Amino acid sequence: MAHGHKLEIFRGLWKFKSNTQKIWGVLAFLTFITAVEVGLGIAKPVIFTHNYFLGMKLLNWIFIILTIVKAYYIAWDFMHLRDEKSSLRRTIVWTPVFLVSYLIFIMLFEADYIYNVYHEGFIKWNF
Amino acid sequence: MDSTVTTGTEENVWGGGNQPLGVSYGKLMMWFFIVSDALTFSGFLAAYGFSRFKFADTWPIADEVFTHVPFFHGNYPMYYVAFMTFILIMSSVTMVLAVDAGHKMQRNKVTWYMFFTVIGGIIFVGSQAWEWKTFIKGDFGALETKGGRILQFVDANSGERLALRDFSKTIPSERVNHERNKGVWYYGETALPSYSLNEVVEGVKANSNVLIRTEVINEEGHKTLLTREETIEKLNDAKLVVEGANLIRNEYGSRLFGDFFFFITGFHGFHVVTGVLINLIIFFNVLLGTYEKRGHYEMVEKVGLYWHFVDLVWVFVFTFFYLV
Repeated sequence: MAHGHKLEIFRGLWKFKSNTQKIWGVLAFLTFITAVEVGLGIAKPVIFTHNYFLGMKLLNWIFIILTIVKAYYIAWDFMHLRDEKSSLRRTIVWTPVFLVSYLIFIMLFEADYIYNVYHEGFIKWNF
Repeated sequence: MDSTVTTGTEENVWGGGNQPLGVSYGKLMMWFFIVSDALTFSGFLAAYGFSRFKFADTWPIADEVFTHVPFFHGNYPMYYVAFMTFILIMSSVTMVLAVDAGHKMQRNKVTWYMFFTVIGGIIFVGSQAWEWKTFIKGDFGALETKGGRILQFVDANSGERLALRDFSKTIPSERVNHERNKGVWYYGETALPSYSLNEVVEGVKANSNVLIRTEVINEEGHKTLLTREETIEKLNDAKLVVEGANLIRNEYGSRLFGDFFFFITGFHGFHVVTGVLINLIIFFNVLLGTYEKRGHYEMVEKVGLYWHFVDLVWVFVFTFFYLV
């Protein structure tokens, strides 16, 4: 870590002269994404709220994808995973990714089932 | 390390005596902690998603709940949370700059950057405390039915939300707040709401512009409004006046919404508070020259990892609590 930083982001599209400059560049990028998120959240364009992909609004897909992009740059440049050995990087990233995907899958699948039971079953809840 | 490795295994990567992953013991353990903590937060957020999917068509709409900005009146959805997010990212930046200065052994710079990081953390925690205060105090007030559903009120003419104080009648009654010092065996009760159920119900009946808004989300993604007749009919189900939020009920809708808000943002806020404390300790160590004497600033880097992790978690909490 002490020797050598990788000074480019976006696969080399944006190169920096020093580590400090790269930090400010990443900040600009993260701020831009947050601004886009808040803008979309307030405007809620109809194209994104009335179209669905895999049962979820397009707007929510956009939010989740932008969040993962933000998380990537925080982990890669602020937590300098970019400069670590790939073995360490993979250990840190893929373990939670695998476990969390599994958890999300079973939790949301089960929740959807319960939703349908409430919706179509003979349970009176609105009284 | 050199003196302990004598068996010639140093050529073998996993033979001991070296660092196969290229990081020191301390840094690796910090990463262990971060991964396990990330799993804890994922558990909370997945549980939140579970409850939300379960009540998909009655869940509160976040940008109708978090509309407040300190010192400003009016309806400003999300601006304040966006500001909090920016503050946290900013303090993450000063933290990386401190780590960077540490690598170059620039003690003065590390001191200043650590100082700014601590200040950013304090601003964030303060903002969160204010958010909690606003959330707990509530704004409009609502009624709760026998089945635990929340009924909110809307002005039929303008379509704006109505607060209980806008239409409730004042009906004198004998009911007073029961306090510990007046009771047998020193039992008290929680504070009474500003209006009794009777006052709210009579207020709705007297003002023909008041409509009830239920929790159900319609096709357009808005909460369902009842007609005037349905409103009067629905009043028969009302059982309680709810103002603000606590761990049992809240005026915003589903009870779980309040619980998850307190639990997830609270757990994250606790992380920020410990982060600020640890950053302060490191700040004083830098001032005292501890790391100058040690010859390296790796401690700043390890604490930095934790601080970035807190930022990382907030990015997810922001998305799943306020945006989605």
